[in-house]
Amino acid sequence: MSRNRVLRVKNLSVRYQTQKGPVHAVNDVTFDVFENEVFGIAGESGCGKSTLIRSLMRLLPDSALVTASEITLSGQNLQSMPDKNFREEILWSKMSLVPQSAMNSLNPVYRVGHQVVEAIQAHRAISKAAARNRVAELFDVVGLQADLMDNYPHEFSGGMRQRAMIAMSLALDPGLIVMDEPTTGLDVLVQERILRRIREIRSQISSSIILITHDIAVIAEMSDRIGVMYGGSLMEQAPAIDLFESPCHPYTLGLKNAFPSIRNKGQELISIPGSPPTLIGESSECSFLERCPFKAEECSKEFPAIEKLAEFHEVRCFRHKEAPKLRELASNKATWLSSN
Amino acid sequence: MAAKTRGNALVNIKRLLQEHYQIITSNRLSATGLLFIVIFMVVAIFAPWIAPNDPWEMMYDSSGEFASLRSPSWQFPLGTTHLGYDLFSQLILATRTTLLIGSVSGGISILIGANIGLISGYYGGKIDEVLMRFTDILYGMPFLPFIIVLISLFGRRLEFIILAIVLIIWRTSARVIRAQTISIKQRQFIAAAKARGCSDFRIIYRHILPNVLPLLLLYAAFNIAWSVITEASASFLGFGDGETISWGGMLYELWLSGKTRVAWWWFAAPSICIVLLVTSLVFVSRAYEEVANPRLRKR
Repeated sequence: MSRNRVLRVKNLSVRYQTQKGPVHAVNDVTFDVFENEVFGIAGESGCGKSTLIRSLMRLLPDSALVTASEITLSGQNLQSMPDKNFREEILWSKMSLVPQSAMNSLNPVYRVGHQVVEAIQAHRAISKAAARNRVAELFDVVGLQADLMDNYPHEFSGGMRQRAMIAMSLALDPGLIVMDEPTTGLDVLVQERILRRIREIRSQISSSIILITHDIAVIAEMSDRIGVMYGGSLMEQAPAIDLFESPCHPYTLGLKNAFPSIRNKGQELISIPGSPPTLIGESSECSFLERCPFKAEECSKEFPAIEKLAEFHEVRCFRHKEAPKLRELASNKATWLSSN
Repeated sequence: MAAKTRGNALVNIKRLLQEHYQIITSNRLSATGLLFIVIFMVVAIFAPWIAPNDPWEMMYDSSGEFASLRSPSWQFPLGTTHLGYDLFSQLILATRTTLLIGSVSGGISILIGANIGLISGYYGGKIDEVLMRFTDILYGMPFLPFIIVLISLFGRRLEFIILAIVLIIWRTSARVIRAQTISIKQRQFIAAAKARGCSDFRIIYRHILPNVLPLLLLYAAFNIAWSVITEASASFLGFGDGETISWGGMLYELWLSGKTRVAWWWFAAPSICIVLLVTSLVFVSRAYEEVANPRLRKR
């Protein structure tokens, strides 16, 4: 395929040094984001999704040690760039963020419109009037009335604040927008409205989106390609349809079981027993080993490397060749219970 | 375009003043406090025109007799000193000095305290450690011995009294503002501002400062009140400026004259003024405290 690559991340790891030993918050993550696509990253709480994108945007505390063999954004090497240049040239103008709990991401003492104007003027030399016109335009895109921009954040509802944050992220036409849990904390109706809005925006702009969520339903609906994270590693990534039609990693199989399906009404949900790994200390085994019903002997000796199944389908599992058989076993509740 | 922006700035300032006026007048106590402060300010500004007599002139009454130690009367509303000085005129001119010392040292100390608190709280780590240990050292400094050493080294001058007060009282505001900064910098909107590419300077002064402002104004009022009290006690001990007269200085003169037991009017006027001004400032700061801490608000 000849699609243009917007973001390339290769072998990215984030490590924290703690008193209990090193914590591998993100472990050897490699992925690409192409032009005009939505790349979803799914995973349970604490699997390193947010740390991953925070490391890309240099928002982690100094105690975090970030290593990677390559991080490029639209062909520009981000690793060698000094902080000041990164802040002025990359942040927001080329890569923007809709932060987690965007509802609390507006400064309570400033009017909403002013904060968007500030973001625009920080990177572009344009007059306040022109910036305000741009804000009115953006508010229209996200479905907010333009005259609301002189209101304070506390006068907005949660969904409105979320949309204001999305408007802000669009302000400078960045090539890449990272949305960290854009629907968390909103009720389902507002969620649906926000998602519809994001879909509409997608058809109007050419930015790529990285969508981070623990909500499989959201990610299935929105993404072109999906990466599944577990314990700091990308366990499987594939185009959305492939991932749900032919998942190969046991964790993906488990995740799929844990969500209700519209087609099979009344089907009992099967959860994955156990809890996520602590990520503390050096370990050479597969991070999913403890909860995996299909573990083999080799799984405890070595962390499986990335295996390429198709052009965009990659998986980290020794038993990926037996996938069809595993899929069948995984739909049986007993399989999961017997593993513990 | 430029004229329009200037017009907008004026509108903004007007809006800001209105906002603060509303904060203060929403509470009866602080409205009273504001009234007294305004009166004191007017007196301070127009002191030379209000004062009926020269404060250092020996007065004679209408019958031509030397007016020494007179109790309040129509001619001398607040009485006279043993040397026949008119206390009313002295009090009015002293208001000027006291308010000057209060606002200048209160203002400078809050400026230092706020900046040290913001920088210390925002950056944390080594910067915080150095600045806060420095503050701790100042906490260990007893005020009066400090001012005595400073004044005996440099002389009894207004500037040095202000300097001594500033050097001591910024410490409390620095600590409180540091604590508030630490709590605010962990809020989500600061992370969002960072993601937007805001510089540290911008985050500190445009995003954190407005959020600590109510607390800052509260401590500004406290600092002014403390400066007034401190100046009065320093003057009372004889470490005031010999050239200018202040409320504390008036009490010092009374002490020197040895007429404390006789001339009740001599200590009444400056003492009441000190109490009134400090109470007014505390009442006004109380209104800001309610903004900073809504739980104090009456429902």
